[in-house]
Amino acid sequence: MEIKVLGPGCAKCQQAEKLVKETVAEMGADANVEKVTDMMQIAGYGVFSTPAVVVDGVVKCAGKVPKKEEIKQWIGK
Amino acid sequence: MEISESQHAPHKNLLPLYLSGGIIGLVIWWLIYRQLLPFASFLTYSVLNIGKSSHLGASVEFFFYDTPKVLMLLTLVVFGVGIIRSFFTPEKTRLMLAGKSEFVGNILAALLGIVTPFCSCSAVPLFIGFVTAGVPLGVTFSFLISAPMVNEIALGLLYGLLGWKIAAIYMGTGLSVAIIAGWVIGRLKLENHIEDWVKEIRVGAASIEEQTMTWQDRIIYGWDAVKDIVGRVWIYVILGIAVGAGIHGYVPEGFMASIMGKGAWWSVPLAVLIGIPMYSNAAGIIPVVEALLGKGAALGTVLAFMMSVIALSLPEMVILRKVLKMRLIWTFIGVVACGILIVGYLFNAII
Repeated sequence: MEIKVLGPGCAKCQQAEKLVKETVAEMGADANVEKVTDMMQIAGYGVFSTPAVVVDGVVKCAGKVPKKEEIKQWIGK
Repeated sequence: MEISESQHAPHKNLLPLYLSGGIIGLVIWWLIYRQLLPFASFLTYSVLNIGKSSHLGASVEFFFYDTPKVLMLLTLVVFGVGIIRSFFTPEKTRLMLAGKSEFVGNILAALLGIVTPFCSCSAVPLFIGFVTAGVPLGVTFSFLISAPMVNEIALGLLYGLLGWKIAAIYMGTGLSVAIIAGWVIGRLKLENHIEDWVKEIRVGAASIEEQTMTWQDRIIYGWDAVKDIVGRVWIYVILGIAVGAGIHGYVPEGFMASIMGKGAWWSVPLAVLIGIPMYSNAAGIIPVVEALLGKGAALGTVLAFMMSVIALSLPEMVILRKVLKMRLIWTFIGVVACGILIVGYLFNAII
């Protein structure tokens, strides 16, 4: 599973990245978490509010730090 | 946990619980709010036993009254705006703005700037998203000016400290500056001063999963906004009020009139110039503004200072530099600064 956290590096983006990594570790999921800071790439996903989380190419949320429960649902499926 | 449960079991409806809790909360809020002034006086003059009509007494009472008052009003306004914001996303805003004619688009963009959830660190992706979707450049700027300037923190604090009239004036003039400055930038035809790489971007077709929200989710969203915003700015509010309380008690009446009064024509441009490199959020600047007003500073000058500090900031320019060439950045600063100048002079002239 490929998880990408999109965000230029503001406080909320870092919070989102930390939370995603924590959740993945907690669930022991086989997922690769990557932070994307490059504007061209972020825009390439059609996302224009950050932080955003992309799971296997699907934008799951944008413009907010997701809740842990939400992240679990995305990884769980 | 409540949230995930409600998503799994849509039949379990917690809305009545949330609503009744909200109403009880509101009643308690109102009861406490009404007791704030007597309580502040009691605390200052009876418990701390500071002499009435002393400088210290005036400062301390001001501090004890304003701190809880402002935080309570801020909580209420942020919650209310949070609920409204749960209906908007930048994606929906973009859809509404794409293909709108210029002037109508500018007005709509400025209004949407208030209610669309936006953090200035996403200014760049938002700019790209808007421009590539065919939102005119000037309309995009109306949004980018309005979104940080006319926000719930500024409105909540102005309402709490200076009353609804000043809050309404700030909102009205802030929107006007955003609409007119955006329109002017659009007229100047500066599209070729966007960085070249932006135009080459192909916005991916990755569809964002539509998240449907129930009223219950919206209440949670509003409450999360309160926790996030009030949790972030309370310290600035208290520091600002402490400085304001000092000015309130110790600076002589009318002291500011000579420097920031109506008589000094140069005070408006000076206030704007000083405000541009300064960067503070609304939470820190507004309590100070209140104290300055109380000591004879003119409303127009103070409004101009505040707008300039909040709307034009160095960090945001650095962020926008990634997508805009220098000439467009300077035009942006120049046009917005002119708009703020006009607001300042206008209010000094009529009030």
